[in-house]
Amino acid sequence: MNGYLDTYSHLTLTEQSILTLAAMVLVSSFALLAQSRVVATIRLFALQGFLIVVVTTLVALDTHEYHLLYSAAMTLLLKVWFIPWLLTRQARKLGILRDLDSVLHPGVVLIAAGALVIFCYSVALPIQRFAESISRDAIAISLAVVMLAMLMLVTRRKAVTQVVGFMSLENGLFFGALTATQGMPMVVELGVAFDVLIAAVVFGIFFFHIRDSIESLDVDMLNQLTEVDE
Amino acid sequence: MVDFLNPADWLFVWLQTALFVLLAPLFTGWIKWLKCHLQNRRPPSLLQPYRDLLRLTSKTVLLADNASPLFRGAPYIVCGCMVLAASVVPLLILNQPINAMADAIVLVGLFALARFFMALAGMDVGTTFGGMGSSREMTISALAEPAMLMVVFTLSMVASSTNLSTLIEYNLNQELVLRPSMLFALIALVMVGIAENARIPIDNPATHLELTMIHEAMILEYSGRHLALMELAAQLKLVIYSVLIMDLFFPWGIATEASFASLGIALVALAIKLPILGALLAVGETAVAKMRLFRVPTFLAMSFSLAMIGMLSFIILESAK
Repeated sequence: MNGYLDTYSHLTLTEQSILTLAAMVLVSSFALLAQSRVVATIRLFALQGFLIVVVTTLVALDTHEYHLLYSAAMTLLLKVWFIPWLLTRQARKLGILRDLDSVLHPGVVLIAAGALVIFCYSVALPIQRFAESISRDAIAISLAVVMLAMLMLVTRRKAVTQVVGFMSLENGLFFGALTATQGMPMVVELGVAFDVLIAAVVFGIFFFHIRDSIESLDVDMLNQLTEVDE
Repeated sequence: MVDFLNPADWLFVWLQTALFVLLAPLFTGWIKWLKCHLQNRRPPSLLQPYRDLLRLTSKTVLLADNASPLFRGAPYIVCGCMVLAASVVPLLILNQPINAMADAIVLVGLFALARFFMALAGMDVGTTFGGMGSSREMTISALAEPAMLMVVFTLSMVASSTNLSTLIEYNLNQELVLRPSMLFALIALVMVGIAENARIPIDNPATHLELTMIHEAMILEYSGRHLALMELAAQLKLVIYSVLIMDLFFPWGIATEASFASLGIALVALAIKLPILGALLAVGETAVAKMRLFRVPTFLAMSFSLAMIGMLSFIILESAK
């Protein structure tokens, strides 16, 4: 019917699913922004990780770049199972698992998120022209995931949800590496994964320290810290 | 090409619209019947909505002393808008002369016109409930309408036309394609449909609880044939949204030319697809609890974002550069 539209319907079903799943990763980022319950945020983060694992596996099978399967397995182990488990455990220990971390103006944040996606799209256009892979159309989406995670970091007040935002940012970076260059070298990837793992553990210790010093996990209260003579 | 002066083509338009109007109470009855079964209650007969409408038309109309002509005229305008909207949506057959005259944006406009008069009528008599219902309805529709339009824009970008018939034909003719934009448009349209038709997570038309009612509060002052028209309009709106979802995203079986065989297939497809859609709605309404009124804007912001992601993912992922 229309020449320029047909390029999409001529892709194979695997390639179409890769792009559809990429769009779902973006939706999961939006959902992370809008979700206010701590436990649901952690679950959504795990879901986002899982979507990325599926995309990575599909890309690996589609392009015969089988080393991506290792990255997929590592992501599955770390971001879908271990980090959500660790965060849930810590949140339960702190007694904030079912707490609300309400976003102040959810509507405004969602509109801002939409604007960010449009911005990322226009920024990614020149990069997209040089990339060769099938998933190159998703470069804008990976950039958007990073930006939305930053927006989440800014709008949240509780330490736990901010950590989820940080981890989601790392998801975006991994996704970007996957879509732009068929994955980073294995050494880099192992290093990053290890860093994330350490970060998760260190954050866990921080939670307890923050709570001990200001008796809350609401980071806004850190603004009111003053020196007190004892 | 459609012949505007061919009376046979217009006959199909009339028949299709008549079928729509006849089907609407049955669809509502079917959802009610299924919901009763799911909640372990004895269901009313499937034909009960027809009996209710007949009973209402035979009753005397009671009007408030200070009711203006607008109050009396509004039911006819609202119901007329819905019948007109029903004639635009292809139920069985595509490429009718009316499809060339009104596209998806006109459809949204007709809904808006009906809602405008319903809200005016709600405020006309000056009771507290009416005004409250109108203000709530306008709050919801102000948020739902951009989302609905965004869905229309997404779909029309995919098929490069806002004409409903062309849209459906495009989807019918392409081979199985997994489009993220269509996926998100579908979810957003379902959410908008739930909000616009006052179904359960947003509003419950079956109760008269003053804290929660939106649609019912506006038509509380109506009686007799006016109420019957308002009820019919609500039922028509629900079935229009269902047929829209069904046609735009699952168009299999719809007739493209006016032959007995293809019309028969279209009728069978309709008889299979529409009850399934109604059943999904009934199951959803049984499983989900009504949400607080103050959470509705978030629900609709979510549907707007989904529609917007649909459009963005079409631009980012699907269009070639």
